[in-house]
Amino acid sequence: MKLSAHFGVLAVKIFRRSEVSSELDEELRSHIAHRADDLERSGLPRAEAERRARIEFGGFQGYREASHEALGAHFLETLLQDVRFALRVLRKSRGFTFAAVVTLALAIGANAVVFGILDALVLRPLHVPHAENLWGIENTDGSGWQSYPNYLDLRDRNRSFEDLAAIKMTFVGLDTGNDPAPATGWATTGNYFDVLGIHPYLGRVFHAGDEHGPNSAPYIVLSYTYWHSRFQDDRSVIGRTVMLNKHPFTIIGVAPRDFGGTLLFIPAAFFMPIVNQEQVDGENILNARGINNREVFDMLGRLKPGVTPAQALRDLNSIHAQLEKTYPREVDHNTFTLGHPGLYVFARPAGAFVAGLMLLAGLILLAACANLGSLFAAHAADRSRELALRLALGSTRIRILRQLLTEAIVISLAGSAAGLLGSIALLRRLSTWQPFSQAPIQIPVTPDAKIYIVALLLALVSGFLFGMVPVRQVLKVNPYEVVKAGAGSRLGRRITARDVLLVFQISICAVLVTSSLVAVRGLVRGMHSNYGFDPQDTLTVGANLAMAGYVGDKIPAMQRRMYDALQTVPGAERVGLVNNYPPLVNTAANSENVFKDETRDFSQSNVAAVPFRFEISPGYLGASATTLLIGRDFTWRDDKSEAAVALINREFSSVLFGTVNNAVGRHFRLQDGTSVEVVGVVENGKYLSLTESQQPAMFLPVLQTPPSPLSTFVMRSHRDPEELAAAIRRNLRKLDQGLVLDTQTWKGLLDVVLFPARVATMALGVLGAMGAMLSITGIFGMAAYSVSKRLKELGIRVALGAHRREVLAAALGRAIKLLLLGSAAGLLFGVLATRVLASIVYQATPRDPLVLAGVVLAMVLLGLVATWIPAQRALSVDPMVLLREE
Amino acid sequence: MTDQAQILPGTLDLLILKAVSLGPLHGYGVLLRIGQISDSALLIEQGALYPALFRLVRQGLLKASWGTSDNNRRAKFYELTAAGRKRLREEADGWNRLVTAMAAALATRPEEV
Repeated sequence: MKLSAHFGVLAVKIFRRSEVSSELDEELRSHIAHRADDLERSGLPRAEAERRARIEFGGFQGYREASHEALGAHFLETLLQDVRFALRVLRKSRGFTFAAVVTLALAIGANAVVFGILDALVLRPLHVPHAENLWGIENTDGSGWQSYPNYLDLRDRNRSFEDLAAIKMTFVGLDTGNDPAPATGWATTGNYFDVLGIHPYLGRVFHAGDEHGPNSAPYIVLSYTYWHSRFQDDRSVIGRTVMLNKHPFTIIGVAPRDFGGTLLFIPAAFFMPIVNQEQVDGENILNARGINNREVFDMLGRLKPGVTPAQALRDLNSIHAQLEKTYPREVDHNTFTLGHPGLYVFARPAGAFVAGLMLLAGLILLAACANLGSLFAAHAADRSRELALRLALGSTRIRILRQLLTEAIVISLAGSAAGLLGSIALLRRLSTWQPFSQAPIQIPVTPDAKIYIVALLLALVSGFLFGMVPVRQVLKVNPYEVVKAGAGSRLGRRITARDVLLVFQISICAVLVTSSLVAVRGLVRGMHSNYGFDPQDTLTVGANLAMAGYVGDKIPAMQRRMYDALQTVPGAERVGLVNNYPPLVNTAANSENVFKDETRDFSQSNVAAVPFRFEISPGYLGASATTLLIGRDFTWRDDKSEAAVALINREFSSVLFGTVNNAVGRHFRLQDGTSVEVVGVVENGKYLSLTESQQPAMFLPVLQTPPSPLSTFVMRSHRDPEELAAAIRRNLRKLDQGLVLDTQTWKGLLDVVLFPARVATMALGVLGAMGAMLSITGIFGMAAYSVSKRLKELGIRVALGAHRREVLAAALGRAIKLLLLGSAAGLLFGVLATRVLASIVYQATPRDPLVLAGVVLAMVLLGLVATWIPAQRALSVDPMVLLREE
Repeated sequence: MTDQAQILPGTLDLLILKAVSLGPLHGYGVLLRIGQISDSALLIEQGALYPALFRLVRQGLLKASWGTSDNNRRAKFYELTAAGRKRLREEADGWNRLVTAMAAALATRPEEV
């Protein structure tokens, strides 16, 4: 039979189901009537004859079902019947259904959300053609930083890539006439779009042929999103000139709708040729090769056909080894790896974290299934009378199991649908969420079809999982006994599957509670640890002087004027300047090689330490509340005409000079050979991330370092930050109307470094709460069930003079024992599992008495909450009432 | 009733085909006819007839149509199709061969070995 014809027949059968069914009924009834006619003829009264005929016919329902199947009543038809019946049963026990659906909705919802994030961040490739063939080149440390001359060498000398493109982030003021506003631009090599295979939505993109040396290609390509929001989809923008940091650029095109660059977190507003970067950055990066000039954020390209990633890596590494030999002072040792662009440095931690979350969410689902499994088993036990009757009336066990399974699946589908709706709403909000006001960072999650499939699969799997729990129970049912003796008067003393499930579920819950407490504790410590500065009562004022047109020597002069202007702001207590960003801000600290003073060969093998490098003005130490341990602060006389000086932290001094007291007056050398005198030692601190181990750091005076247009002033003040910011703006605008200022509290800026810990804490907190809820319902269900089943026994105990304590022990002893067992197991696993957290959460150690005590307390509380009502019920047993009723 | 035998699995179909081959019958009639031709020696539960009947219809060995019975009741009548007739012949042959072989085997006396 052709498949279509088969389906046709099937459809007819389904739609004509009632017809078929009534015809069948009529035929069977006709049989009984004929038999009754015969019996009547033999002398029985009509009523008796009909009764006998029915008995002789046998199990009517059973034969009816068997006939239906013999007629070719299909799987689907039985399914419909089962579903209808399931809905009827579930409607009858609303409380059970509600609890089950909500439990599953939460569990499946959590899984769907985590999967959505996993999909967006880890699984989904970029929106470029053949993303699987696009490789980013990463350094040993996982970053992509490279100097532009190194990039050129790698691009031109490799034999493995079709072509290599490079990108650099640039944050500029974009002015379409009289409305300068900050925008995130990507300075890319001319071949960028061709390497990716991206064609413009509008106008054209730039190509390698557009580059004719520095500042030769003043073109920009807008991203679709930016074109939409800033230019309101105006198609006439092509050809218009806009000002980027006061330099004219021509808009030549708009990129396709779903292309925001090759970095998932930071979507580009526009793309510009990297050869023009000097105009927007204020300094030229195209010629310097040094390790401190690694301004190219990332290189990416496609492999030639037939070239394997391993071959390409050998190729790249051998070129790099040659560069190392040729430029020993500039190029340090490095081994490349290839990765898919999109997340870069974050790929590994983000992947690990999301995978960890997925695991925890999976555990939640398992716990939910365990919970529902025992609910279901209890439900089936309560229905054992009904099941026994159905068996007695000729239904088969398979049929009954199928029916129970259908109920389970109906519940899990309903729960999954509810969970999916919730999770999609959540993911939508997540995708529009900008966690940091000052950084253009986004979490690009867009739920797609995959998430529906995952939710459906999860629903089916979990439905089967918990639906199978009562199987053994059903197979064991002896209809005769149950109908005779009444349901469930025996409560097994043995360890049942339900007990195992409960212990399992409680231990999962304890794992989750442990991890979330560890995360919370880590976050609290992270927020209150010693950073080496005090972010309280401190405002930062960021200004990119390049946006206002300052370059070269104009920068330090302007910085000094701004510094003086800030001193006069009412309420300003201390003011200091730091080039680029202060420590722990935007995870953007620089580091530099230093050498011992006696070193003359500045090749990478002689590097004595790689401290973080901050360029600060006099007053910065006071403004940031960094303690000077010994020596002196900088003064404005520490400029180019004086000998080079530096402040170092305690770690640096112990690495290079042994002790703090030894350090002052000693010298070390920078990468360029400059001998620098240490004039003071400051306390240790955190510089790039909270989880870093103690790192060396040095502070150089701004007047002795090359001018940097990106300036951050730090102001310590007890004034209200809002008012203070307004006063600061007024004072600084007097100097230059065109200054683009960004005022933030330092504490607010720390959000970025605390972000992973916050997210981890939030996620684990939510999962922990869900786990706790599940175990409450689990224990509650178990305790309530055992109390209700043993009311009679408890009544007898009370009648015989048992004390409250003994009644409680009898009623709840088992539940409490299971709870203890589960908690202990969970705590153990939790302690092991939190190692995973260590990379995200500051000082995530489970061997913290507070955490351990917290977990124990939490589990005790859960136990109390969950057993409270059953305990009350057990204690209020009135033996008279009970014994009379039975 | 003690000399009634439970019918062997698989033989019900054959009995039904045989019963219907003697003329169109409704379900109860099939039952009576089987009782009649087997001298009430074979016992089947009445309801068990129907799944078997429907299976045969589905296999195309029987065809069914509604009619009126002698009792003046609506009933569904079954008759053999050509395929049914062929199947009956084959199955009956097979059955007879088996019976002959079994009977011969069971009738074997010691001196014949």
